[in-house]
Amino acid sequence: MLFRLSSIVLAMTATAVLAGPALAQETIKIGVTEPLTGAFAASGNYVTQGARIAEDEINKAGGVLGKKIQLIVEDNKSNPTEAVATAEKLINSDKVPVMMGAWSSTLTLAVMPKLEEYKIPMLVETSSSDKITTSGNPYIFRISPTSGMEARAFTPLVKKLGIKKADFLATNNDFGLGASKAFSEMAKNAGVKIGVVETMDPNATDFSAQLAKIKASGGDTLFVTTAVEQITLILKQANDLQLKTRIITTGGSNAPDQLIEQAGAAANGSMHLVFFTPWFPDAVKNPEIAKKFVSIWNDKKYNVGGLTEGFRGWDGIYTIVAGIKAAGSADPAAITKALWNVKVKGINGDIAFIKQGPAGKESAQNVPSVYLVKIEGGKVVRD
Amino acid sequence: MVCKGRGPAPRDRGNPLEQLLQHGANALILGGTYALLGIGLTLIFGIMRVVNFTHGELYAFGAYMMYLWVMRLHVNFFVALLLAVALGVALGALIEYVLLRRLRSSDIDTTMLVMIGAWIAMQNTEQLIWSGVAQSISAPFPSQPLQIGHVYIGWDRLFVFVTALALIGLAYYLINRTKLGKAMRATFQDRETAMLMGIDVHLVNTATFAMGSGLAAAAGALLGPVFVVQPSMGDLASLKAFAIVILGGLGNITGATVGGFILAFMEELGAGYISSGFRDGMGFLVIILILIFRPTGLFAQKERIG
Repeated sequence: MLFRLSSIVLAMTATAVLAGPALAQETIKIGVTEPLTGAFAASGNYVTQGARIAEDEINKAGGVLGKKIQLIVEDNKSNPTEAVATAEKLINSDKVPVMMGAWSSTLTLAVMPKLEEYKIPMLVETSSSDKITTSGNPYIFRISPTSGMEARAFTPLVKKLGIKKADFLATNNDFGLGASKAFSEMAKNAGVKIGVVETMDPNATDFSAQLAKIKASGGDTLFVTTAVEQITLILKQANDLQLKTRIITTGGSNAPDQLIEQAGAAANGSMHLVFFTPWFPDAVKNPEIAKKFVSIWNDKKYNVGGLTEGFRGWDGIYTIVAGIKAAGSADPAAITKALWNVKVKGINGDIAFIKQGPAGKESAQNVPSVYLVKIEGGKVVRD
Repeated sequence: MVCKGRGPAPRDRGNPLEQLLQHGANALILGGTYALLGIGLTLIFGIMRVVNFTHGELYAFGAYMMYLWVMRLHVNFFVALLLAVALGVALGALIEYVLLRRLRSSDIDTTMLVMIGAWIAMQNTEQLIWSGVAQSISAPFPSQPLQIGHVYIGWDRLFVFVTALALIGLAYYLINRTKLGKAMRATFQDRETAMLMGIDVHLVNTATFAMGSGLAAAAGALLGPVFVVQPSMGDLASLKAFAIVILGGLGNITGATVGGFILAFMEELGAGYISSGFRDGMGFLVIILILIFRPTGLFAQKERIG
């Protein structure tokens, strides 16, 4: 009897073991590396939440190529070394044919050599350093705007806002320094006087020295490039110093709702470049998609302030899946080839890729929409 | 589109002297909290000789307790401050009782490894409980800053400064004028002799660690409302505290106080007049220079041998 029981167990185990790989083949894996802990944890989690919404929707609608998709999310801990480790893990142990990541420019730049080494395409959903698409890595497909694109989109606003002298304050990494360079060049070409160009450590919390210097420079506009945590502190400390300069933040990771909640009255009068306007979904190119996304986000009771990050994950996963569909298989080379020709209706707008970088080794870059919003009386208003 | 709130106001730009005064005021305020962090650590690292990696986490703990009491439970701001510091003292006593007491005869490496473990565990617990999203704490101070000439100081920062000075004074008094302070100094000069004199060295150890931890929690609780609260906030605080202690000389309270102010002035003036990108570098540059010329720190006494 005992023997019989154990043989049944054995048979069941064998079935389970054999069925395991068979079931696994039913899904197409997509690797995601985001900062879920560390300095950029808030934003990384929002992007992941948006990506999970896309995964649910796509699987409910039948998946792709007759299979369900499966996101494998790894935490890169806001640390470039860890980002490389997550890419190695996703590619070598999970065998993903395509990836999305890695939020900050520094993290993405760290992962890029691994993409070339293993010939795996990666969709870049947030990073904005120009270097990412101009350094000649043919596995990069970026849907977020480059700092250069953002600056160009801003050019007509220089006159409209009457900017005469501009100062700059940016976080001391690829993202901040790239944006300061792009925006100061743009301003110079538009005839704006350049005051001081200041930097701050990505972990710093006290900016009184930089702000006092900016105040003494006497510009009418201050361009700030960093993530929402530091922007909150800059707005509060600028108010403490009674810095009357108009503050404009670039990069789209400024979460205006979170600024209103955390900086309070100090946020009033500040302006923000964003890539999605959940406050007025009608302003975007595909309002139906945007409204649906906002309503699912709210149903899940996710933080409202995270919408301006979360949409990136949604757009990214939909673009990857469109690539897989066009490729007709989950083969990295086929997906890399197919992604070049996808046309996706995204929350930010219509997603399609143009070539950037040295000939023969071009990276793919989308031309996204950029919006300027303003905080007035504790509300986000269209400018 | 005309910006009403933040239109340019050229008259308010201030001349070079006013800019210098503003930098000076900023540094003074910052120095108060650096001194608080430094004194807390110099008690533990300098006197007890425990390389305390949890110091920054106690700082974060104080800030999160402030967030809990003020923002979640809507307790009065000043009551919350007292509660946060009291809980910091209690947590410090707990760490000493649970972890350090049984390590007292171990070598410095073992203790250091245990403290590194405690640091990582505490930071991840904060992340688990409060998530990685930065939180803000509202303070009952007017949003219009105090204006003296062309120098502006936020009321919240002024409050932090005054409270920090009071706490520094209290720490001085406790260590130099009370029986407990005398017992502390005696214990760490010569443990065996102190025991022979009837001092409960276990109690003294716990009290010292608790007091240092309480000062770190106080710094966190004071600065939480000025900055934002997030799980990794303790790392930078730890780094600065160690720098201040080394700068001032191990175990020297005056050294830690002066060291805190020196670090703040170097950072502020370095960032204001040389390069803001090297703000944190400026402080460490001074430390390197001081250690070259005075290897035991600015205020190190001759090694006290019991």
